[in-house]
Amino acid sequence: MRLYGTFSGTLVVAGLAIIFTLLAPSIFEFFTIITLTQVIGLSILALSLALVWGFGGILCFGQSAFFGIGAYAYSVAAVNIGGSTGAIFIAILAAAIFAAILGYFVFYGKVSDVYLAVITLTVSLILYSLMRRTSGPEYKIGKALLGGFNGTGSPPLNVPGNGSAMLFPMQTFYVSMAVLITAYVFTGWLVTTKFGRVCVSIRENDVRTELLGYDTRLYKLGLFSISAGIAGLGGVFFCVGVTRVTPDVFSLGQSALAIIWVIVGGRMTLIGPILATFVLYFLTSSLGSQQVFNANLVLGIILVIFVLLVPNGVVPTIAGWFERRRTKRYIRQKERRMKLRKHRATG
Amino acid sequence: MARREVVLETRNLSMHFGGVRAVDNVDFELREKELRCLIGPNGAGKSTFFKCLTGQLTPTSGDVVIRDIPMTGREPHAIAGLGVGIKTQVPNLFDGLSAYENLWLSARRWHGDKRASQLVKETIERLELGEICSATVGSLAHGQRQMVELGMVVAAEPWLVLLDEPAAGMTDEETYKTAELVREINKTSALIVVEHDMNFIRAISDIVTLFHQGSIFMEDTMDVISADPRAREIYLGHKS
Repeated sequence: MRLYGTFSGTLVVAGLAIIFTLLAPSIFEFFTIITLTQVIGLSILALSLALVWGFGGILCFGQSAFFGIGAYAYSVAAVNIGGSTGAIFIAILAAAIFAAILGYFVFYGKVSDVYLAVITLTVSLILYSLMRRTSGPEYKIGKALLGGFNGTGSPPLNVPGNGSAMLFPMQTFYVSMAVLITAYVFTGWLVTTKFGRVCVSIRENDVRTELLGYDTRLYKLGLFSISAGIAGLGGVFFCVGVTRVTPDVFSLGQSALAIIWVIVGGRMTLIGPILATFVLYFLTSSLGSQQVFNANLVLGIILVIFVLLVPNGVVPTIAGWFERRRTKRYIRQKERRMKLRKHRATG
Repeated sequence: MARREVVLETRNLSMHFGGVRAVDNVDFELREKELRCLIGPNGAGKSTFFKCLTGQLTPTSGDVVIRDIPMTGREPHAIAGLGVGIKTQVPNLFDGLSAYENLWLSARRWHGDKRASQLVKETIERLELGEICSATVGSLAHGQRQMVELGMVVAAEPWLVLLDEPAAGMTDEETYKTAELVREINKTSALIVVEHDMNFIRAISDIVTLFHQGSIFMEDTMDVISADPRAREIYLGHKS
């Protein structure tokens, strides 16, 4: 099943990521490791969008809504529970349940793809506006103040079962990488299951999938909710890396960035958007610190270049180039063998 | 010999588009393992009737009953979910996937992974799709795409098959092969075939239903219908 990718390929990439994790402390400075933890959260967001858009064909322009819900749910739950482990699961569930409720009305209401993109973006912007208005002391959930424009503090990760044993930044980096790798392997496995393959078929032809007897609405809803849960998980590690969450997680810029990462990395792959998130984040960060070029302008130019010249994204383009080379080599070898056989037969 | 059980019926089925009565009070019955061809000139209502059966259109009034289950206005997946194989007029495939993947998705709806893979293998051999099974379906010729879609129907092992113009755009050889296949499917399944190709219909049909102006004009063998002067006038548009 060539076009769905192979799970063994996913495991190879996961193996390389484990090597990177182990080598990172000796390659990067301590400050870069702390920054990497934030980027890991963002790359999980990109992974979730690659799953729902790239494999399911559902353009969710407001994926950052679920990312933000995850971040806020974690922060509020961790403050109230007094530990991070349960809060992580609450964050995933909050994002997935919110998506399931929204998705039910969208998919069962037969809202078209374009409107789905608009609705999800609108929801994200509503949450942005809503959270900015929660600055008073009356806006609190349990012990956690929502903090309005300035946001709320996100407690660091702790050892499971021991709320007072906080993890150090290096340990947090290891845990974040482990979560990213697990999320990547999970999504890589998911797209090779029957569920994942049916989602790909819905992307290819919704009507045909329906005529085969699959309830496409249910599959879309399932994929939408799973991807939202993954985005929520990304939100957790982002806010842990930044140590607080602000309404900016719901902003238009955040939603657009996720789309750019997926376009640049390649929408039909899972690893492409993850790599694109890391590369573009550090590129724009270094541009921002030099103050020579406007980082957003450069990002915009990159997006235009990719849409026009590399529409499939980096990873699928490189993979396609290797595939064509392999096919050409195979044809040349076949021709050579045929010539040799002919030569032997005649002479 | 006892009459076979009715597996699909419509009662007073109508589909109106504004003032146009595309299907008008159609009473229709299909029995177990029966092969019925629907014919008629363009605009007679065959395809609209077909779409009402498959759930692609919700009828204005009347009922569609499949194996005593009321299916009027139900979603296509619910109708297909009863074990009904559907092939639409225009080849309707997963263009970005290979022929193998197309067949697998159909077989996997009903069977476990192992059985689905076995059925796909059998279908590829039966329909001689070996050369194109790893090709992306979007890159195939029209006739090959039609064969892949027929393969998708076969791979699911349905008990009722609804085919809309299965031989459209095929070469003579492909049409012959399709007629053979339809006959073979009919050994285990009931079929409704909407078709224009008279030679194809002659090759497969037992009873033919002639549609005219949204209603059933007559039902009989192809020989009787083609000998009927009114039917010839309807179909060919002139008296002969």
